[in-house]
Amino acid sequence: MAHNTPLIKIERKISGGDFQSAGDISSEVKKILQQAGFSPAFNRRVVIAVYEAEMNVVIHAYQGVFLTEIYPDRVYVVIDDEGPGIPDLELAFQEGYSTAPPHIREMGFGAGYGLSNMKKCSDRLQISTEMGKGTKVEMEFFLEPSKGGKSS
Amino acid sequence: MNLREIRDILEATVLTGEDLLDREPSSACGSDLLSDVLAFTKENSLLLTGLTNSQVIRTAEMSDLIAIVFVRGKKPDASTVELASLKKIPLLATPLPMYESCGRLYLKGLRGCSES
Repeated sequence: MAHNTPLIKIERKISGGDFQSAGDISSEVKKILQQAGFSPAFNRRVVIAVYEAEMNVVIHAYQGVFLTEIYPDRVYVVIDDEGPGIPDLELAFQEGYSTAPPHIREMGFGAGYGLSNMKKCSDRLQISTEMGKGTKVEMEFFLEPSKGGKSS
Repeated sequence: MNLREIRDILEATVLTGEDLLDREPSSACGSDLLSDVLAFTKENSLLLTGLTNSQVIRTAEMSDLIAIVFVRGKKPDASTVELASLKKIPLLATPLPMYESCGRLYLKGLRGCSES
């Protein structure tokens, strides 16, 4: 029963194009995970995936809502944005493929590893997208490898 | 090899984190692509980069990197240095270009992320 109640739940707004605040949410999540006492390796893969997702909203969308629920045995994350949507999801997962504009590439992003890295870091990734409406990314991270969690 | 030795090898100046120079990176990565850094670096690595925007600090924070070296004389603005200071990520700046910086450290035994 206890496993069905999150220890911590946070919800934050993400503003598209706001590079000044970009990363604030991921930073907050990192701090919370550290305080919750999870291992650095587990926290690292959650936080990298969350940061990739947060940056995707800042880069591609108009605005988004970030929600995370932290349980004793897992972390659940959903990022729901209002934006252009992803025209070809299969292509978007291909390493090296990116639709990021030149000014984003100048910042060091847009190499086309975002989605595949989120897949690599998470234990479950689900993306639903609608052209002209937005994209919803759901990720889950399990602490124990026996329950589907990655060892590192 | 600790950050103090790295500072000397690269003839670098310390922009922030003077008190954290005892830290020893386990490997290093030279990249101007943050996407690559996020996807391929290991924790406790040193990042050498020509990028100076605040997302470099964020990337280092999320990836548990040990410090950042800005190459070829590049320097971040005050707010970026402040963010690094807040996150306890030492920043070094070297006049050397990327290739020479990586080469000097590699010759002294600091290996890449894929080798460590």
